[in-house]
Amino acid sequence: MSDMAAQSTASTEPLPRTKTDWLPLALVPALALIALPFIGSGSTWVTLTVAGLAMGMMIFLMASGLTLVFGLMDIINFGHGVFISLGAYATLIVLGPLAGWAQADSLGLNLALLLLCILVAMAVTGIVGAVFERVIVRPVYGSHLKQILVTMGGLIVAEQAIHAIWGASPIPIPLPQTLRGAFVIGDIVMERYRVVAVGIGLVVFIGMQLLLNRTRIGLLIRAGVENPEMVEALGYRIRQLFISVFVAGSALAGLGGVMWAFYRQTLTAGMGMEVMVLVFIIIGGLGSVGGCFVGSILVALVANYVGFIEPKLALISNILVMALVLIWRPQGLFPVARR
Amino acid sequence: MSTSLSQPLAFDESRKRGGILNSLLSSDYPRSRVLSLILIGIFVVLALTPFLFSGSQPLSTAAKICVFIVLVASFDLLLGYTGIVSFAHTMFFGIGGYGIAIGLERLGATWTSAGIGFLVALALSAVLAVAIGLLSLRVRAIFFSMITLAVASAMAVLASQLSTITGGEDGLSFQLPYALRPAFRLFAEPVFGVVINGRLIAYYLLFFVSLGVFLLLLRVVNSPFGRVLQAIRENEFRAEALGYRVVAYRTAASVISALAATVAGALLALWLRYNGPDTTLSFSIMIDILLMVVIGGMGTMYGAVIGAALFVLAQSYLQVLMGVGSTALAGIPLLPNLIHPDRWLLWLGALFIISVYAFPGGIVGRLRQSQQ
Repeated sequence: MSDMAAQSTASTEPLPRTKTDWLPLALVPALALIALPFIGSGSTWVTLTVAGLAMGMMIFLMASGLTLVFGLMDIINFGHGVFISLGAYATLIVLGPLAGWAQADSLGLNLALLLLCILVAMAVTGIVGAVFERVIVRPVYGSHLKQILVTMGGLIVAEQAIHAIWGASPIPIPLPQTLRGAFVIGDIVMERYRVVAVGIGLVVFIGMQLLLNRTRIGLLIRAGVENPEMVEALGYRIRQLFISVFVAGSALAGLGGVMWAFYRQTLTAGMGMEVMVLVFIIIGGLGSVGGCFVGSILVALVANYVGFIEPKLALISNILVMALVLIWRPQGLFPVARR
Repeated sequence: MSTSLSQPLAFDESRKRGGILNSLLSSDYPRSRVLSLILIGIFVVLALTPFLFSGSQPLSTAAKICVFIVLVASFDLLLGYTGIVSFAHTMFFGIGGYGIAIGLERLGATWTSAGIGFLVALALSAVLAVAIGLLSLRVRAIFFSMITLAVASAMAVLASQLSTITGGEDGLSFQLPYALRPAFRLFAEPVFGVVINGRLIAYYLLFFVSLGVFLLLLRVVNSPFGRVLQAIRENEFRAEALGYRVVAYRTAASVISALAATVAGALLALWLRYNGPDTTLSFSIMIDILLMVVIGGMGTMYGAVIGAALFVLAQSYLQVLMGVGSTALAGIPLLPNLIHPDRWLLWLGALFIISVYAFPGGIVGRLRQSQQ
């Protein structure tokens, strides 16, 4: 169907192409190059860069859902963090009966386990997301102040519910056998799990880009961002679209939660909220998938480089990046059209 | 932005009546008989706690209520009156606490060192509030919430990392000036059967400073400045069109609120003789403040009093009640977990959500409505 749409566009007058904004994209390599002389050793630099990229991918996974929901629905969900936690706890549903798969020394079985965890977590967070949208968010469409308050309330209740169901003490979860350890190439060290994280992050990013830019659903979503009334007037049910985007956003948070859980190897109900801080730093990019992607990697790289040079300043440096981005582009890295 | 939270009275008429009470309360009366009774009750109990109850637990609870009234009222200036959500309020609370703690620990247990620490804290809070305000209030209002959240958590991490200055995770314990120590006696003889020691003086210091700051905040929100804030809350665009510089007003509001929070932090540190990340800086305190403001009533200073008193009492005594219920229900799956004493926040969280939907004016708004 999308091919047909593309062809019909191509056969008529060629539309003026939207200019790609390269400046924010150039930030990432520029930053990496600037950091090189400060770090000194080349192999350390590669190690840090790869680790930072992986971290950025994980942050992107967790932030992408929020971006999507914010971009389309203009809803800011402060309870997003709890979906990350929920996704992380959902791994327990799989890890309980299938503990053997995690112990097995087989890459296939381990990856299958990871995939299964992700699927279950996405299902759980998707369902909870639908309920959350109905009960918590729907009555406050259009009022940012109430959204912040009410989603914070949802966060409190959901966090406490996690405590009530799974207990309040932290739960250790082991990384599957073959994903532990690191690849060592010369002086360069790459943790295996981070490589997996980069892979999954890239798949999700490309998938989202394709979905948003190459399919009919994506077209509708982008149109909904620009002008929801018009989309509705053309006969599409914008509400259904909203709900499905919210559910997809929650499911993506669940996916990010699984990745984050295996990375930290401990589960706490507050883990989602902790990482939300990083997510909010990326607000420079909120609202567009590309901006979120660039922002995530930027934040993770800065944190990694500064963490290596002067560990105590890591989080402060992120705040500084955020401030600079906001001064440079107050509307976000890739500004989204606002109604 | 928000639906009308409280209906400001035609204050110009009531102002003519004059009187001390009128000027103390800035012509902003509770406007509900039940509410007035509750407020007078809270005031009397807080004022007489040392003489009404024995033991240190009630006194500590009362002190905590006083501190939180100031903290919540100052937060309400931002949330309820100006319509912006800041998550950096605990940061200023913490700065106040650390100001006193570092001053008294480093410079010795004198009033001067407490004063120096306090003034430095106030200055730092003001500078930070201006910086955050000017940077982030220019952008869309929701970004402000996210930015303050990020800045506040960075501050919390910084405070626990700079252990040489702040004592790290352990925090700082310190000695108070002699007049505030338990060993100090103001009079040789007990008054009404209560020994007037340094602890009692510390409590009354706390009580009167809290009262003063609260009345000051009440004055601020009922001043022409406060009216502009409410105008911004109701319709930012119109306020701007009328010629008020929204960014300047919002920044000023966040500075005033930050200073009041700093005072609250300093008071808490003086009372506890300790300050650490968990007592003033943690995110859970921020959530507590939100709960208190919304349940008490946004956009009403009196809501802060009700919310803080209710919350601190619930924190201290609701858990006991829930413990009883939980043991009574032992054996049933999940249910005892839900009313386990540690899950009290679950129920307050639910109450919070219901408050936002059903009565945006909180308890105070509800009481005022039933009056009419």
